Amino acid sequence: MTEPQVGRQPVRVFLVDDHALFRAGVRTELDSITDEVHVVGEAGSVAEAVTGIAHHKPDVVLLDVHMPDGGGAEVLRRVRPEYPEVVFLALSVSDAAEDVIAVIRAGARGYVTKTISSQELVRAVRRVSDGDAVFSPRLAGFVLDAFSERPGAAPISDPELDLLTPRERDVLRLLARGYAYKEIASELFISVKTVETHVSSVLRKTQLSNRYELSRWASDRRLV
Amino acid sequence: MKDCPGHVSMDNVSSSLESPEAVSDPAPTSADTGETEIATRSAPVSVGQSGALAEPDTEPVKMLRRRNGRAVAGVAGGLADHLGLSVLWVRIALVALAALGGAGVLAYGLLWVFAPQQPAEAETATISTRERRQAYGLLALGIGLTIAISTLTGAISGWVAASLGVALVGVVVVWREADESQRRRWRRDLRVGDLRAGVLGAVLGGGGRTALIRVLAGVAMVISGIAVFVLSNANLGDVQFAVFSVLAALVGVAVLTVPWWLRLVRDLGEERRARIRTEERAEIAAHLHDSVLQTLALIQKQSDQPREVQRLARGQERQLRGWLYGPTGYGRSSGGSGGGSGGGEPGAEHAGPSMLSEAVAKVCGEVEDSFAIQVQQVVVGDCAMTEQLTALVQAAREAMVNAAKHSGENEVSVYAEAEHDRVTIFVRDRGSGFDESTVSGDRHGLADSIRGRMERNGGEVRLRTAPGEGTEVQLSVVVRGSAAAAGMTESEART
Repeated sequence: MTEPQVGRQPVRVFLVDDHALFRAGVRTELDSITDEVHVVGEAGSVAEAVTGIAHHKPDVVLLDVHMPDGGGAEVLRRVRPEYPEVVFLALSVSDAAEDVIAVIRAGARGYVTKTISSQELVRAVRRVSDGDAVFSPRLAGFVLDAFSERPGAAPISDPELDLLTPRERDVLRLLARGYAYKEIASELFISVKTVETHVSSVLRKTQLSNRYELSRWASDRRLV
Repeated sequence: MKDCPGHVSMDNVSSSLESPEAVSDPAPTSADTGETEIATRSAPVSVGQSGALAEPDTEPVKMLRRRNGRAVAGVAGGLADHLGLSVLWVRIALVALAALGGAGVLAYGLLWVFAPQQPAEAETATISTRERRQAYGLLALGIGLTIAISTLTGAISGWVAASLGVALVGVVVVWREADESQRRRWRRDLRVGDLRAGVLGAVLGGGGRTALIRVLAGVAMVISGIAVFVLSNANLGDVQFAVFSVLAALVGVAVLTVPWWLRLVRDLGEERRARIRTEERAEIAAHLHDSVLQTLALIQKQSDQPREVQRLARGQERQLRGWLYGPTGYGRSSGGSGGGSGGGEPGAEHAGPSMLSEAVAKVCGEVEDSFAIQVQQVVVGDCAMTEQLTALVQAAREAMVNAAKHSGENEVSVYAEAEHDRVTIFVRDRGSGFDESTVSGDRHGLADSIRGRMERNGGEVRLRTAPGEGTEVQLSVVVRGSAAAAGMTESEART
């Protein structure tokens, strides 16, 4: 709250991860490479995270998916109703579809794996704090998969939420191919802002759709 | 009987620590298992009963019954081994003692009960035919002598002797079966089994029908022997009363000991579970040791070579992930998707991956390992591998290798998508790129390995590159037949 007002205000980040070593690593990396991001606090358990987030009211919470007593999804469930303005970015070693889709469905605005480089992490934090979504290539792949048309799939109940537009599909495909937003924009002859809009729209559909694949992934983690 | 074996040996250890002269104490000094205790304690007792034999050795070694060179239960052989005598002498002594009032039989029985069998690994000479015949002759002689002498001395009548003999033979049959079951259990190393098998197994040892028949026959002999003995010594009314009271007593004992039986069964199950858990833990520990710890050691050694460290870490991560979450992985509960052969194990190369996602994961892993780069792979959809798709994946591998070698970047993105009628793979790097027209004619990688291969298999290649703008190779094949793109399993997305 006493940060100097130089240009854009630094994004205030709160770390939640049960591995103290990992928290320390992320904190040093984020603090050393940029002043765009400022780590205001950290927590090693769900309960600590809930009180810590309530106290610090950070802009972005970097959330581990796997933790004792409920994991990241539990934090999301307990914090989001009270602090809807806090944005969550999931950060995990897990690449399993259930985990990724589950935290997204619980309300995270993005998902990156722990092997992400520090610069990219800063970019991702910046992006979610601006209200956009962050899809790692793998998450894009999962979402494409979940929304794919396949023979024998359950009938679509809500086309608005259960289908991706061709454009969204194109964007996701390029994301999965490892393209950055700027590259996607030039590839599809649209603006970066439009790419962001598409990705956010896909995020919304991923969170709200009742498509069988998505709800199955989520219910595997008892989120629905 | 098994009162406190550990306690005695503990005392011994402490006393021998305090006073050196206590070492010569004739009490058991070998401080190992409870078996030792039982063996050493039982040996002097029965030896003392047989009388003729001298003091046991001052250094008590385990007396073990012979497993191989045995006539009845290996007691005589074991005793002979233990005392350093010839088996023949031991047998003669036992027969003589048996004839003189049955002490030999008693000694034999006690030793049978208390002396454990030699473990399976102990090497012993097998018995010769002559020795065996001798042993059986002595056995018959002993039985005959016992009956004759006891009849002559009038200690017991002929009827009684016969019935007791029958009962004795029954006991021998059942006890031998117990020995056999123990041996079978050793042989099978007693793996996982359910509780019922555990209780039954304690009696039958997994010997099946023949074991059951043998045990039942032995029991029948014992019962009939006792019955004949009782009937010949009492009138009918007494017998009825006796049988009734015995039955009543047995029922009473059974009811009284119900909690004990239940606990026995529960302990058995609990022990079994504990053993399974231990094995599981040992397996995990072994795996972590073989993989993760080794890799960490390598990483420490090569910490001055970042590329090598990265390569090791990535390879290890992939392997561990495959082990934990792969189709045949540890973290998967049994069953799951059927066609998993990859499982992240580098050893499973001969079987070949059966699904596209596995094949892609495999080649990506190979390239990561060989060139110390990161291959970011995403697979959407899945389908069974065909010859055509194998060619596609191999072409993609070649593209990755090219990217690894020439792009100057250490990250390659691979994206594979299986649609109804078409499978596409994109291999992309953000590296230096090149001008296709300037590639010299002697470079066969792109021309042969990628383009040629794809054309032979009815696929096409598109290349997007320019100097400084990275390279993207797009490979696609139209899948022949409609069988492809059928199997979307739940493993499709977790490549």
